[in-house]
This record gives sequence, structure tokens and C-alpha cells, in this order.
Amino acid sequence: MESAGVVAAFWILSATTVAGALLVLLSRNLLHALVFLVLSFLGTAGLFLTLSADFLAVAQVLIYAGAISVLIVFAIMLTPLASRDNASSLYAAPGVLLGAAIAALVAFTALDVGWPELEGAALDARGFGSTVARIGELLLGQYVLAFEVASVLLLFALIGAIVLVREDEPAPAGAEGGGGEQGRAP
Amino acid sequence: MTLTLAHYLVVSGLVFGLGTAIALSKRNAIAALMGVELMLNGVNLALVAFSRFGAAFDSQEAALSGHVFVIFVLTVAAAEAAVALALAVLVYRRRETVDLDRLTSMRW
Repeated sequence: MESAGVVAAFWILSATTVAGALLVLLSRNLLHALVFLVLSFLGTAGLFLTLSADFLAVAQVLIYAGAISVLIVFAIMLTPLASRDNASSLYAAPGVLLGAAIAALVAFTALDVGWPELEGAALDARGFGSTVARIGELLLGQYVLAFEVASVLLLFALIGAIVLVREDEPAPAGAEGGGGEQGRAP
Repeated sequence: MTLTLAHYLVVSGLVFGLGTAIALSKRNAIAALMGVELMLNGVNLALVAFSRFGAAFDSQEAALSGHVFVIFVLTVAAAEAAVALALAVLVYRRRETVDLDRLTSMRW
């Protein structure tokens, strides 16, 4: 765990993650902001690897850097007349101040509290090998109810998204009684 | 030097704070959604870090509960992104804008 490579990887990956998030805030173009968002997601996936969470790192790349970013690209492309300049709103200053306050509070608390954490040999003993099998057992054993609820939630979210953005299709020709000129909907 | 829980928590707090700033300060609804995703990402990082370093777990199985929690957060984030982006597209069809400053029809 504590080899020099892991420590170097932690600093590089956390710099990537935080810099990506910062550039989402500062970028002038919405699509550039999205690219930096993906960079930040990939940095987080790397940080998961340094925490020996291999399955979560792969899931992070698949779901966040893959699926959600493509979904955001779709949303940007489906709103072509909207502004793409990633401008700040009227409440930019209080929003940034609140974000900085939250970050400072969390950082101060993290450094100030003496967390009951593992160190040295105990930390190495905790090191997970591959987590996939045991996560699968937990998901379908102890947490099976939450697992099923999550699957129903995903189904409803997908149906809801499809229903929301469905175009109203014109009525079929047979339903208009002969299909004459007077039967056409205005 | 050795890595500790505090290192990861500071990074997690920075990502969460930046996500909050983005979600609150961006004019485009889709950019605000990017901020929400970053906030969820910061929380995920904290959960995995506690799962790795926390001394309160008596076994590896108990510690892996943190990973299972992250999987549920990922699930909810995906569902939330799908519905929120559908709403953004729907608002765009009605109003031809996703500018949060101009969507003021519910303002008192």
C-alpha cells in the first residue's frame, strides 16, 4: 500500500481530479467543460484503484466516464439554440463562496479529527484482493432488497425519461375517417 | 510519507465543494447537472476511503459494505442524470432555452 509508486499515483490522480473539476468551473465552452468533467471522473477512478477498489474503478469508468458523459453530450446536442458559453448565473459569487466554504470545512474537519483508522500491518491485512466476488455476494445476499429496489428505480427512471422526451406522433391515417383533406389535424 | 484517510477526505471535500460551486453558479441547466455529478463523485470517494481505512469494521465483509453503498449511489446518479437531462430537453422544447436565469415562471 505505502510504496512510493502508490503515493506518487495518489498525488498525480488527485491533482487530475481536482484540476478537472476546477476547469469545469472555469471553462468557457460547455463541451470543453464536459471533457474536463470526464477527466475528473477518470482521475476518481484512478483514486479508487489506489484504494484497492478494482470493481468500483471499472464501474466508475463505465457509468460515469462512459454512459453519463454520453448522455450529457446528447442533452447538449438536443438543445442547439441554447447558449454554449458555460456562463455564470446571477448567483455566481454566493455559489462559489458557499462551495469554497464547504470545501474548507470538510478539509479542516478531515485534518483536525483523529480518525480511528488502520495503519501499517493492519492496513495491509485489510487489503482486498479482488473485490468482485464478495461484492456480488453482498449485493445478492445481505443487500438483496436494496438491490431490487434499485433495479425498479432504474426501470422507472428510464421509462420516465422516455415518456418525458417522447415526440407527439401524428395520429395514424386510418383513425381520421377516410384520410380526406377535412380530416387533417390542424 | 504514508497516505492516510485525511488525504483522501481532503480531495473528496475539494471535489464536493467545486461541484457545489458549479451546481449553484452555472447558468446552463446541463452545466448545473455536471456540478451535481461532481458532488456525488466526491461523496463516493469519501465512502471508498472510509471503507479502506476505517478501523470500525470487524471484517473485510463489513468494510465492503462501503463499496456496495457506492454502487447504489452510482445507480441513483445514473437514474437522476437520465431524468434530469430529459427534463432539460423538455424545457428546451417548450421555452427554447435552458438558461436557469430565464426560467422564472414560478418566481413570486
